[in-house]
Amino acid sequence: MRDEHARAYWKANVRILTTLLSIWFFISFVCGILLADFLDQFRFAGFKLGFWIAQQGSIYVFVILIIVYVFWMDKLDARYKDSVSKTAGETAAKIKEQEESRS
Amino acid sequence: MSSVQLWTYLFIGLSFGLYIAIAIWSRAGSTHEFYVAGGGVHPVANGMATAADWMSAASFISMAGLISFLGRDGTFYLMGWTGGYVLLALLLAPYLRKFGKFTVPDFIGDRYYSKSARLVAIFCAISVSFVYVCGQMQGAGIVFSRFLEVDITTGVIIGMTVVFFYAVLGGMKGITYTQVAQYCVLIFAYMVPAIFISMMLTGNPIPQLGFGSELTPEHGGGYLLDRLDNISEQLGFAAYTEGQRGTQDVFFITAALMFGTAGLPHVIIRFFTVPSVRAARQSAAYALVFIGILYTTAPAVAAFAKTNLMNTVNNAVYEELPEWFRTWENTRLISFEDKNGDGRVQYVADPATNELTVNRDIMVLANPEIAGLPDWVVALVAAGALAAALSTAAGLLLVISTAVSHDLLKRSLMPHITEKQELFYARLAIFVAILIAGYFGINPPGFVAEVVAFAFGLAAASFFPAIVLGIFYRRMNRQGAVAGMVAGFTFTAFYIIYFKFISPETSNPDFWLFGISPEGIGTMGTLINTVVALTVCRFTPAPPRDIQQMVEEIRLPGH
Repeated sequence: MRDEHARAYWKANVRILTTLLSIWFFISFVCGILLADFLDQFRFAGFKLGFWIAQQGSIYVFVILIIVYVFWMDKLDARYKDSVSKTAGETAAKIKEQEESRS
Repeated sequence: MSSVQLWTYLFIGLSFGLYIAIAIWSRAGSTHEFYVAGGGVHPVANGMATAADWMSAASFISMAGLISFLGRDGTFYLMGWTGGYVLLALLLAPYLRKFGKFTVPDFIGDRYYSKSARLVAIFCAISVSFVYVCGQMQGAGIVFSRFLEVDITTGVIIGMTVVFFYAVLGGMKGITYTQVAQYCVLIFAYMVPAIFISMMLTGNPIPQLGFGSELTPEHGGGYLLDRLDNISEQLGFAAYTEGQRGTQDVFFITAALMFGTAGLPHVIIRFFTVPSVRAARQSAAYALVFIGILYTTAPAVAAFAKTNLMNTVNNAVYEELPEWFRTWENTRLISFEDKNGDGRVQYVADPATNELTVNRDIMVLANPEIAGLPDWVVALVAAGALAAALSTAAGLLLVISTAVSHDLLKRSLMPHITEKQELFYARLAIFVAILIAGYFGINPPGFVAEVVAFAFGLAAASFFPAIVLGIFYRRMNRQGAVAGMVAGFTFTAFYIIYFKFISPETSNPDFWLFGISPEGIGTMGTLINTVVALTVCRFTPAPPRDIQQMVEEIRLPGH
């Protein structure tokens, strides 16, 4: 039962990572490099769009990604904490024991 | 003594005094305090310390200058160094904090239950850090020699003494709190001139917006970037906002810098200092905000500096150039050769008629002077550059010292030393490392600057896959990880050494593998590392049960 919770937690965690890293890849490698020349035809103020994304926009997106990550993970942790934390304590103790016997 | 020098002495004196005071206040009493600052650093403080640790002399002094001359292609530094941070925050920091040890070799050694894996990791950590620290000392040397007009030797020795004082005394604790102060100094020093110059050129006080605005009428009007494109093309250079390098090369360089950033041991180690996993995530977010302030300003500074330089210098009468031109000429970082004998400076792309050479590293340092800002701003930049160099140097020295005293001695060679002895060796290791770094700061081998960029490639090709696989692939075993690290590191090192030292004349896109420059080859190394690790892992036994348990453990919600 607890193992199941742990697995569900990890799955949700990996889903968050996949979502955020897809955006990360899209904005930096796709928009900032591969499509940059194409995007350059659009302009706002003195910036060409591709140039702006590469030198400014991508960094703003990176900051937002990490902030979203912090909030999502806090929520996820809160949801799973009680159901998983007891097993966590037990295995931690066990691992410590094994480690001590090894060294 | 000039007024700039007076201000410089004042600012450097004050900031160094502050660092030393903090060092005395935060002396370390135990190895726990020495290695991870007692594990109780507040996320905001850790965020600032990480930012200062991370932003080196290269970020502060060289980056905007590089972008100035590379234009659009300079992008890979911006995206590479900040995007890698996303990887670090999402894929590494929380799990390594959860794992709860002191160092990166600790993780590698325990996760792959192997002394040889630990030794490989120690070797990579020390070599990457050393290369990097030499660059910092050199940066400090440039600042001292230019602004205080002492010789580089004296400058480096002053810098070494200060770092030595707070690193040896305070360990990670001292380093953390001085880095917080250094962050404040360096960001203030970076922003003040940027805001001033943005106001002067465009009337917009926010540099990030300013470089997309129109120039004020007295600077000719029109959008700044358009203007920059135009002048560049008139003088025969490429347009500032257009890329010159091949797309796949830019792609690979960006990726190499990203993976390398995430694999740099002195940044990873910072996440061991906070009290919980949650705090590790938060401090990664704060750190990127603090880093982002400088990184979004840098491209603006680059564009301003280029505009100002071309406006001030091109076709100007040499005898009438302002004083800063001559002071920089004395350091031989700017040189002028009147080829056509007309007494004017011709700055053009064609090497046959170009009369001006400007070292890229001085753009940030010279920028306030070129723009004619007050003396105190010029001096402030010197203090900021030193803060950037020293904070990074201290973080790296700590990695070297923990790698020696903790990973090599305590965990590998002399497991029975007491905590007191371990602490003694840690301090001794920092002392020796500072002496060696100082030596290279005073007698810089010509290749240091280039090698710094390659430190990223090597970190990317060795650590990054080993750590990520260690967390996300439970089945990954010792044989796979060691084979992967060795293959990735060797391949990358060989490619770089071949094109930089053995056969530099063939270093062009025709000979490069898939058109990837040595700067970007770390990405290839990362891929090779991953593929080799996964392949070897398939044909060798799964890791022991307790190791698999440990991986499960790292994946549980943190506290």
